[in-house]
Amino acid sequence: MNELIYFFNYVVVAGSVTGCIYAMGAIGVTLIYSILRFAHFAHADMMTLGAFVVLLLTLAFPHAGDALGLPTAIVMLPLAMIFTSLVAVGIDRVFYQPLRAHGVKPIVMVIASLGVTLMLQGLIRLFSGTGAESLYVEARKAIFRIELPGVTRPIIITEPQVILFVVTLVAVIGLHLFLTRARLGKAMRAMSDNPDLARASGINTKLIITLTWVIAGSLATLAGTLLSLDVAFKPDLSFFLLLPIFAAAIVGGVGHPYGAIAGGFLVGFAETLAVFNWSVLLRPLRDSLPSWIELPNNLALVGTEYKIVVPFFILIAVLIWRPTGLFKGKVI
Amino acid sequence: MPLLEAIDVHGGYGGMNILNGVDMAIEADEIGVIVGPNGAGKSTMLKAVFGLLTITGGEIRLRGDPITNLPPHKLVERGMGFVPQEKNIFPSLTVAENLEMGAFLKPATVTRLKRQIYDIFPPLYDKRHQPAGELSGGQRQMVAMGRALMNEPSVLLLDEPTAGLSPRYMNEIFEQVKRISATGVGVLMVEQNAKQALRIAHRGFVLAAGQNRFTDSGEALLADPQVAKSFLGG
Repeated sequence: MNELIYFFNYVVVAGSVTGCIYAMGAIGVTLIYSILRFAHFAHADMMTLGAFVVLLLTLAFPHAGDALGLPTAIVMLPLAMIFTSLVAVGIDRVFYQPLRAHGVKPIVMVIASLGVTLMLQGLIRLFSGTGAESLYVEARKAIFRIELPGVTRPIIITEPQVILFVVTLVAVIGLHLFLTRARLGKAMRAMSDNPDLARASGINTKLIITLTWVIAGSLATLAGTLLSLDVAFKPDLSFFLLLPIFAAAIVGGVGHPYGAIAGGFLVGFAETLAVFNWSVLLRPLRDSLPSWIELPNNLALVGTEYKIVVPFFILIAVLIWRPTGLFKGKVI
Repeated sequence: MPLLEAIDVHGGYGGMNILNGVDMAIEADEIGVIVGPNGAGKSTMLKAVFGLLTITGGEIRLRGDPITNLPPHKLVERGMGFVPQEKNIFPSLTVAENLEMGAFLKPATVTRLKRQIYDIFPPLYDKRHQPAGELSGGQRQMVAMGRALMNEPSVLLLDEPTAGLSPRYMNEIFEQVKRISATGVGVLMVEQNAKQALRIAHRGFVLAAGQNRFTDSGEALLADPQVAKSFLGG
């Protein structure tokens, strides 16, 4: 039983946390791709930017969350989402829109977004320094230990993890309702399907583009902040997020928000399972094993420090065997 | 005053002139049909009317107002509907959602207009919750026309609505075009199935090399031995 709890804590919880973060990032990438037709490489930096804005607000008002009984960072989320969305829309106006007006090829947009990545990274580093910083300023992270009868090991789940699950669920349901029920949400899907016909139907495509940045920027802020809250804010967060969220978007089928969610969880769990120490689960069998088999102390598929290669391999495998992804998306 | 009028229209793509002086006019309750051999400029003329390519000479008027070279979305606001030959639906949206997008500028009228469209195209009602991309070719064409009609246009431009359809569906589409025109919508369409299309046409325009070769009522064109010999395959 203890081993199962261990598995639950280190795979089910950890995988879900990573999955939620990747899913929210991948939805943004996939939405931007389906409306603007380019791979937005600066997306992971928008996640970092969102988290950084929350950090600054939390540092400025460390006790703003006390009255509500929530971490201050969570209370600051709406403000940071608005700010990051405005920055995203601003970046689009200044960098991407002029290129679109010139009718450039998608690869030019991709390179432009790489430029934006470097710029955002530099700016964040300039103000934040290079060290890690906890989003719990003058407060402590609540950790819930759930004791089950008959086992010594408790189920461990932290406050930011619980908040992350709730926020992801609300965001995904909200996005689903928006895309299927709201007039502008349907127009967004229409523009993704057939931009020329959307224009010929009188759909305001500029408004749809702005809306796309607002949704993507907000989700990026949520994901970046909740990840930083669970671990810590690091200015190079995007370096560890960019590849997995693109892998998730491509695995799910580019252009499919639901595929992005599935892809996010698939990549998240694959990463977690790859670094999981399987030796713990085999320990109860130790006595029944023949004596010549010695159970090593660490039986992970890859070391934690090589975690980043997992999404990379998934990405390559998908591009070779199923380039359209699980949900038949577009080929990047 | 004609509903839609084109006077001596010249134009083309990238400096290459395809239209070398086209004239046409239709009234509010009329069906105008553009026929002619491949490369005569039929679809090009329709696109020129809808502002999809630059007109270098001549004029287009809607109810007497000059609309030459207005961008498509302005023309939609003025009551023009355009159904392209290809890519004329939103495949992942349901039939109902496709229609709603057609009335994007007039959300208040959606429910009433959807009912009207289902009356004109009964097969669409049963499929209203299905993604439009899963429908047959004929039904897709109905979705495409329905979407354009949702904006309550005064003139509807159809680019080869029966291309690639079986004869049964072709006749059905022509019947529906007649019904649309009977509601007071002017229709201007390009057709490959020239004989069948001219049968429902009040006005026929036979184009060749970007110019009018014959212009008359559909009936008269069908009866003209010269038109029959050169353009309708004898």
